Amino acid sequence: MCETCGCGDSEIVPVDVHEKILAGNDRTAAHNREHFAERGVVAVNLMGSPGAGKTAVLESTASRLGGHQRLGALAGDLATERDADRLRAAGIIAKSITTGSACHLDAGMVHHGLHHFPWRELDYLFIENVGNLVCPAIYDLGQAANVVALAVTEGEDKPLKYPVMFRKADLVLITKIDLLPHLPDVRIETIADALARVMPQPLYLPVSARTGEGMHRWLAWLEQARMAVEIRTAWHRGTGAAGRSAV
Amino acid sequence: MHEYSIVQALLERVDAEARARRATAVHRLSVRIGELSGVERDLLTTAYETFRERTICERAELCLQVVPARWECPRCRGPIARGSVLTCPSCAVPARLVEGDEIMLDRIELEVL
Repeated sequence: MCETCGCGDSEIVPVDVHEKILAGNDRTAAHNREHFAERGVVAVNLMGSPGAGKTAVLESTASRLGGHQRLGALAGDLATERDADRLRAAGIIAKSITTGSACHLDAGMVHHGLHHFPWRELDYLFIENVGNLVCPAIYDLGQAANVVALAVTEGEDKPLKYPVMFRKADLVLITKIDLLPHLPDVRIETIADALARVMPQPLYLPVSARTGEGMHRWLAWLEQARMAVEIRTAWHRGTGAAGRSAV
Repeated sequence: MHEYSIVQALLERVDAEARARRATAVHRLSVRIGELSGVERDLLTTAYETFRERTICERAELCLQVVPARWECPRCRGPIARGSVLTCPSCAVPARLVEGDEIMLDRIELEVL
């Protein structure tokens, strides 16, 4: 009731909140991250346009790492199981998260996807996001790192057009470099310059999943990410030593 | 169109606050979105107009403030212009985003009897 005169009219009460609107998603992401840290699983959020070569990179990764490391993937897909099928055929333990009309994965979908999925046994969990250069960047999933695939066929100015996505990237994989001889106007240096204008610490690796060129650098990056996670896991367990020996 | 899921999260948060304070309606919401947040002002407004029907925010005005991206050197605090290489030309260290990536609910004005 209005306190001034008791007239029965409603009163406007301001409440200062200053809270992230996606705070709920962030809490679930923190929960996922805690799970991954406890078990020493390296979770990589792999993003990029449709057709950037995300699935092909993972297939090629599996053919090189499959014998030594346990790889798993959650594949965000609007309507099909096609990516998960391809990943399974490559030897990756994979499950589809069918998003319907949603253009991105969120932390809740990933958490749900982990149920009935043997993620605890994995060294790496790749979360292959929905092909989209805008929406997935906004949602923390609990990953250890964001990796964005950018195909040389997409044009040199993609990072400038989609700064939100590239700013969030810990690593950019410049994919399909075997096609460069057919693209006389595309130069890696120009893509690198565009990345430096949207990423404060630009890190990129040119790769070809088809020929294998540059893939060893990607594998070295993955190994480094795994060592960083192992240190965190050891700290988490309070043992003061790495949880699992390096292969 | 992730703006719809952002509006959904916004309405849930406001609804919880309104219930906790026994509000009869919401008068106004103040929201800040950064230029580099990935949220489009117009799309967010459209999503809000669509979803607020039959919620406690049905009559609530949405005040949106768009925050431009601002980069600076973390060492010398010198500004680094957007569009330029994001490294301080004097200190050679990576730039820091000071503001411009927020998706923030700042204030709710509730109607309380």
